[in-house]
Amino acid sequence: MTKTAVFRAVDITKTYQMGEVQVRALRGVSLELFEGEFVVLLGASGSGKSTLLNILGGLDVPTSGTVHYLDNELTASDQGMLTRYRRDHVGFVFQFYNLIPSLTARENVELITEIADSPMDSLDALDLVDLRERADHFPAQLSGGEQQRVAIARAIAKNPDVLLCDEPTGALDVKTGIVVLEAIALINRKLGTTTAVITHNAEIAKMADRVISLSNGQIAGVEKNTTKIQANVLSW
Amino acid sequence: MKKLDRKLLRDLYQLRGQATAIFTVIATGVATFVMSMCAYQSLTTSKDKFYRDYRFADVFSSTQRTPNAMLPRLREITGVATVETRLVYDVLLDVPEMTEPATARLISVPDAGQTVLNHLYIKRGRMLQPDRSGEVVVSDVFAKAHHFLPGDEVRAILNGKSQSFKIVGIALSPEYVIQVQPGAMLPDDKRFGIFWVSERDLEAAFDMTGAFNSVTVRLAYGNNVDAVIEDLDRLLTPFGSIGAYDRSEHLSHQYLSDELSQLRGMAIIAPAIFLGVAAFLLNIAVSRIIVQQREQIAALKAFGYTNLEVGVHYLNLVLLITVTATIAGTLFGFWMGNGMMGMYEEFYKFPSLELQINFFAVAVGFLLTFSAALLGTYVSVRGAVRLPPAEAMRPEPPPSFRLSIIERMLPKHALAPEMRMVVRNLSRRPIKAFLSVIGIAMAVAIMILGNFSLDAMNYMMDFQFRMAQRQDLTVTFVEPATESVMYEVQTLAGVLQSETMRAVATRIRFQNRSRRVGIMGIEPEAELFRLLDAKERVVRVPDFGIMLNTKLAKLLGVRVGDEVIVEVLEDKRPILTLEVSAIVEEYTGVNAYMNKQRLHAALLESKVASGAFLKVDPNSMDQVFTELEQRPGVGSVTIKDAMMQSFENTVAENILVMRSIIVIFAAIIAIGVVYNTARISLSERSRDLATMRVVGFSTREVSTVLLGEIFIFTVLAIPIGFMIGYGLAGIMIAGLDTENYRVPLVINRETYMMAAGIVVLATIFSAGLVQRQVQHLDLIGVLKTRD
Ligand SMILES: Nc1ncnc2c1ncn2[C@@H]1O[C@H](COP(=O)(O)OP(=O)(O)O)[C@@H](O)[C@H]1O
Ligand SMILES: [Mg+2]
Repeated sequence: MTKTAVFRAVDITKTYQMGEVQVRALRGVSLELFEGEFVVLLGASGSGKSTLLNILGGLDVPTSGTVHYLDNELTASDQGMLTRYRRDHVGFVFQFYNLIPSLTARENVELITEIADSPMDSLDALDLVDLRERADHFPAQLSGGEQQRVAIARAIAKNPDVLLCDEPTGALDVKTGIVVLEAIALINRKLGTTTAVITHNAEIAKMADRVISLSNGQIAGVEKNTTKIQANVLSW
Repeated sequence: MKKLDRKLLRDLYQLRGQATAIFTVIATGVATFVMSMCAYQSLTTSKDKFYRDYRFADVFSSTQRTPNAMLPRLREITGVATVETRLVYDVLLDVPEMTEPATARLISVPDAGQTVLNHLYIKRGRMLQPDRSGEVVVSDVFAKAHHFLPGDEVRAILNGKSQSFKIVGIALSPEYVIQVQPGAMLPDDKRFGIFWVSERDLEAAFDMTGAFNSVTVRLAYGNNVDAVIEDLDRLLTPFGSIGAYDRSEHLSHQYLSDELSQLRGMAIIAPAIFLGVAAFLLNIAVSRIIVQQREQIAALKAFGYTNLEVGVHYLNLVLLITVTATIAGTLFGFWMGNGMMGMYEEFYKFPSLELQINFFAVAVGFLLTFSAALLGTYVSVRGAVRLPPAEAMRPEPPPSFRLSIIERMLPKHALAPEMRMVVRNLSRRPIKAFLSVIGIAMAVAIMILGNFSLDAMNYMMDFQFRMAQRQDLTVTFVEPATESVMYEVQTLAGVLQSETMRAVATRIRFQNRSRRVGIMGIEPEAELFRLLDAKERVVRVPDFGIMLNTKLAKLLGVRVGDEVIVEVLEDKRPILTLEVSAIVEEYTGVNAYMNKQRLHAALLESKVASGAFLKVDPNSMDQVFTELEQRPGVGSVTIKDAMMQSFENTVAENILVMRSIIVIFAAIIAIGVVYNTARISLSERSRDLATMRVVGFSTREVSTVLLGEIFIFTVLAIPIGFMIGYGLAGIMIAGLDTENYRVPLVINRETYMMAAGIVVLATIFSAGLVQRQVQHLDLIGVLKTRD
């Protein structure tokens, strides 16, 4: 079967100018992500994973190369179009949750569903991450893992086409990390959302359909998992 | 409600301390603006309406006896619409319950029953009845001061004969909106009143049948005042006119105009200070929030909130504070304006004086406040809008610190670690530190501004009435008095010391400028009426030339040694050329002086006097009054103590009210700035501070880091505030520099000390508020959160 390529990146580079020094975060990356796929981006710290994910999510633009989301060329879009793209299609989960501390779990989710076209109910989204009964709690009243699950609920509540997670378990202990990953995997399975998760932990990769390894700003290898492993049997 | 708006309300609640401070500063600024603008409009409208409806004259002239036959000639002057001739006499009153003399200005009313110009507004009772004599309508303030009601009797001494009048009405006149006796500085309701009596009565008493001694003129629309004045003078000079003048030299009108320009000044200066401070406070508060919420902003953007939505969100925070503060300030301004009307009603008498809501001013107030708020927050909000969403996902890099200049100048371990942190924090944000210092300095300056006027007024009174003029009584004679009359007055039992003076109406010209001025001839070795320079040194009266006070010298542009031309407007009307021999300091009026002997010589007259200065034994004061009242030659008696008393009662009282308001304003600014600065420092550094506490520093040491900065700000701000205060006081008194009085730039040490004291108290108070929060620093919580 041939799946539709949701993302098509061709030869993208990203160079940061840091005063005198040029940091070459990406040096010619080409890849495709397919519909409904669960992809893990693997690589050491500083290898360019976040940079790549930010470019796919329309948070940043590459220095050269092209990126397509379906038929839209992101690299030819202006700020307004990128904002529109993020608003309509992308859900983000960040390493440090980035919840709004002055809003409850439910309000944090609704903050995003309010501006979405066909969102799910905020309580249903919290149900998916098993946090319905904490809906009226503020972030400060939740543990790190719970906050990250709220962040996932927030990301998926608008029924995004793609879910991009940048080290979602980076700030969590193993046990909590597994709970969070299960939540992401569940959503990928249930809703068929194309999902990319960044990690520098090779064990997590066993959950994925495909594992893309980055090293020093370039793709070092792509691996296809024939047998996906459930998050709760991962050891890391 | 949208979730973003809910966030806004909760953020605002978090910020409530700072928001309240900013709210109060804005509301205060708007309130002063709205108050002054509304008061300005109310006063202007009442004035214009009164002037128009009651036909206030445009030009005035007083003469000696002028036959009524001149009236048609006056009417023929081009540009004249209406002429009214009348009799005006200042006489002493005979009020039983008052031992000291009071003066009444008698103004004739045509037998028809109403004046043609300067109509009376009858507040109680009725107008004079055409065919009855012995009736009087008295001015409202005088009636009130004496509790006179229609039906009461008053006695006045007309041409030496005591005569009784029956009060039939109590009235207001556009000519006496504020009732000040010529030569006095301020109204004295008890000792100066306006009496309108029938023409017939006055003609009889002063032997003036078929003649007049006062002319008022209303101009035809669009005509040149100067030409009319010239024609009037030409026609009336043969009858002893001392020169016609327009409204700008009319006392009541002058006082009103001065008040109006002061209001306008207040409407500019005060809001400028308050809104400037508010803009600064908003700036530091909002830029702090935006730094704090950097990652929240990034998340919003990552999820597709547009730049516009994010910008509007933060602007809404600003606007919410600003709008509510402006509304509250506007309402408060109306309330204060109403109070101001109450105060004005005591001074200025209009048929009606009601607060008018100046919608234009309210709109301008809103506009100004929003501009200040947007100006203050524009850069920060733009920063939030421009923040690239990917960039913001990375935590903010730690601020870069350098060794400050101060530290490099000091030996290596001169500063304790806490103080080193303070100094580095200061030098890392020099602009913010500078603005904080200026903000606190503004509070100091406002305190000085609010209090110095009392210092200045007291000094002015002291200078004028204790150092320069040391007489108890000033007596003026109806006609220049001969030696025997003078002798009689000077030798009254109880008179300890006396000097006589000669006053004459003149016009002084220098180059193309000219002024109507009275020249007073005084004794060179005077002990009672002395002239001083600005340094309080006695100026001896030289036996040549003319002396001018500083205001007159400035008006004419004259310096010592210049020659001026003096046209005497009385009797033989000689024209003199005199050298300016000295310039003397005076804080009231525009006056010129000469050696009395020289003046007699110049006027080609023998030794006569227009008045006398008396020093009286306090125990014989009443006797002296009684004696003076009985002398037909005596026109008026001014009592220095009474004048100073009434000054203190009226002006000082109002200044005290203003002063307490201003102290509150200054405290609002001081607390607003200090509290905000400390609060922001606390929020910026709560992690550092908590870390310090965790590693074993005491609460006191931690507070030093936080509050040390604030105290340094305050210490720096005080001398700067002194300078700004002095400067603003200078600007303010420039606005008070009128022909009637000037205010010297005098600021007492106590005023400086008090300004510094209040601001230090405000600092301690705000520091206390923040200190409490240091004690409650959540050590674990702060370390856990990623801020
Ligand atoms: N905004 C930036 N400015 C300068 N350098 C950056 C910026 N973002 C990333 N980099 C640099 O680019 C490289 C790749 O960073 P990143 O994509 O964050 O790596 P990873 O997520 O794999 O750890 C690193 O060397 C990093 O320092
Ligand atoms: Mg990364």
